[in-house]
Amino acid sequence: MMKKKFGSLVLAATLASSLLFAACTNGGSPAPATSTPAPDTSEPAVVAEPATTTTSDVIKVGVVNNPPSESGYREANVKDMEAVFSAANGYELKTAYSLKNDEQLQAAQGFITEGVDYLLISAAETTGWDEVLKQAQEAGIKVYLFDRMIDVDESLYEAAVVSDMSAEGDTAVQWLLSQNLDEYNVIHIQGAMGSDAQIGRTGALQAQFDAGKMNCVVQQTATWDEAEAKKIVESVINSGDKFNVIYAENDGMAKGAVAALDEAGIKHGVGQDVIVMGFDCNKWALRELKAGNWNYDGQCSPFQAQIISDLIKGVKTTSDKKIINEEKGFDATTITDSDIDTYGLGE
Amino acid sequence: MKSKFKNFFKGGLGQLAIPIIAICILVIFNLFRDPSFFSIAIQHNNDGNIVLSGNLISIINGASELAILAMGMTLVTAACGGQDISVGAMAAIAGSAFVKVLKSTSVINGGTVIAGFLLACVVAMLFASFNGTLVSVFKIQPMIATLILYTCGRSIAYWINGGATPTVSSPIINAIGSFIPGIPIPTPVLIVIAVAILFKLVFHFTSLELFTQSVGINGSAARLNGINSTFIKLLSFIILGICVAIAGSIGVSRLGLINHETLLLDIEMDTILAVAIGGNNLGGGKFKISGSIIGAYVIQMLTITLYAMKVSSTDVKAYKAIVIIILVVIGSPVIKSKIQKLISRIKARKQNTIAKGAV
Repeated sequence: MMKKKFGSLVLAATLASSLLFAACTNGGSPAPATSTPAPDTSEPAVVAEPATTTTSDVIKVGVVNNPPSESGYREANVKDMEAVFSAANGYELKTAYSLKNDEQLQAAQGFITEGVDYLLISAAETTGWDEVLKQAQEAGIKVYLFDRMIDVDESLYEAAVVSDMSAEGDTAVQWLLSQNLDEYNVIHIQGAMGSDAQIGRTGALQAQFDAGKMNCVVQQTATWDEAEAKKIVESVINSGDKFNVIYAENDGMAKGAVAALDEAGIKHGVGQDVIVMGFDCNKWALRELKAGNWNYDGQCSPFQAQIISDLIKGVKTTSDKKIINEEKGFDATTITDSDIDTYGLGE
Repeated sequence: MKSKFKNFFKGGLGQLAIPIIAICILVIFNLFRDPSFFSIAIQHNNDGNIVLSGNLISIINGASELAILAMGMTLVTAACGGQDISVGAMAAIAGSAFVKVLKSTSVINGGTVIAGFLLACVVAMLFASFNGTLVSVFKIQPMIATLILYTCGRSIAYWINGGATPTVSSPIINAIGSFIPGIPIPTPVLIVIAVAILFKLVFHFTSLELFTQSVGINGSAARLNGINSTFIKLLSFIILGICVAIAGSIGVSRLGLINHETLLLDIEMDTILAVAIGGNNLGGGKFKISGSIIGAYVIQMLTITLYAMKVSSTDVKAYKAIVIIILVVIGSPVIKSKIQKLISRIKARKQNTIAKGAV
């Protein structure tokens, strides 16, 4: 009885999976749940013919990205893509968002079948892309990687526009050194351990600790959690240890740290007892900077679209396949309102 | 007087024995480690208010959300014999609704704060009654029923506000999250006291406590006695929903910022632990809200102690787990009955020797 049931289960499973595969090979379009067509796709029918033969001036761009809900960074990244690859700039944009690699691969395949001219990818995982990129190459579609690298042969893509996370930390620490404090007693609040951002933002500071140039009062991870950051700073204040720098690896955690300082009556900001440093450049954080409550905010720039657009249109050429996106860091004493509007994330 | 005192130790303490002993051990440990751990300072904060500060204040302040959630969770546990693991996600939704209202007007005044809080309550109660319906009407295991919201809750929170970390700044929000000018005690602590009194009053003036216990001990027997067990279970979830809205609003007010991904992250586990440390039976039935509240403070005290010892925050969870395993095992029925037997044996021997001495 049990065996029979199991047998029929297996049978049903194979049936279902074969159906699924059949659907994939026949349809080949991205899963409807993951693909969100750009709002202004005026051309109704997309003929699946090799992209190189399209005569129209409109450049068809397929973007495979992570969903904007992932983070403030991603939200800005998606908005930037939509703004640059707009109809006004002569583009037709198709987008697919997913956090899952297999769904992204499916979407990319869909774009290839639909016949886009360029494929832009920010992959969820670094592996598994060989096959799809080869298909793209055969179809004459040029591939650009942005934000994240993929583990494939360089010949499979035109260029990769990525951030150098460690440069971000270096910029921030150089700024801190340029403040010429008598001594550096740093509270270091880290992001989720092992994440790219944490590793990049920790590296340079850790080197200073190791070299003995800065003194590490406490180094704790708050896993991007504002409330946790506040607790960490509170415990340092309660222990009575002296500190004059707070280096928080994102804006939220810097805000948490500042809340603890405020409650303890410790002055912070420009020309005050404690220097506050954050990362991400949210608009609200930059406003804190402008008001002089914080001292520094670094950014991992989410704006790669313009560089890619320049490469596509031939405005810019590159000999190196890997293009490092320029990172910004803002000083409270020099930041302007237009900086906030241009580089700030969110609202 | 004497008999009362005896009773207190004989079993009157009963359920509360474990959490109180745990707090005592932590206090003694800290006294040996560093007596200044308990020092409380009076100082001016950056707004110019006189406030209390120190580790003790950090503990009772930081545990506020946990304590409030633990109160609601105790009711759900008692009535349904299971726990709601979606409180963290639900708090993110409620907090987002709260922020949504605050951001809809240019000037934040008392009215908008109250409106925001009421909307947060309504939203949280709706989601809680969704959980409650699955559990009470469709008889789904609470942990499975609430797993749904646990998974998708934070995405829903994202939809409400869109942006990654919307911020609100207003003196009123600041007063709710940290200090009311002129009162040196953190406001969240006052809110916990208010909620605890509210629970006490509800239990005093209604039969909710009795009904919940009887539904938890034997639902069908309760129904035969005319208690609507479906309604009682649903009600426990709705009350938890209100607690979630309060906790979420406090969480948002603390920093004037909502991060839907990290607001009260992993609090559901701490909440369930607080209920367990409080000596409540996780299978439902008899319960003591006070136990859960003390349980919440035990957890927070443990965290702050570990932070004060400069234990790396990645290791904190491991140390916490060790202590909690010990507490829960000591509180388990098997160990409890063994200890009771041991005590009675010692007593019997004592009486024997006394009797012999008399002869």
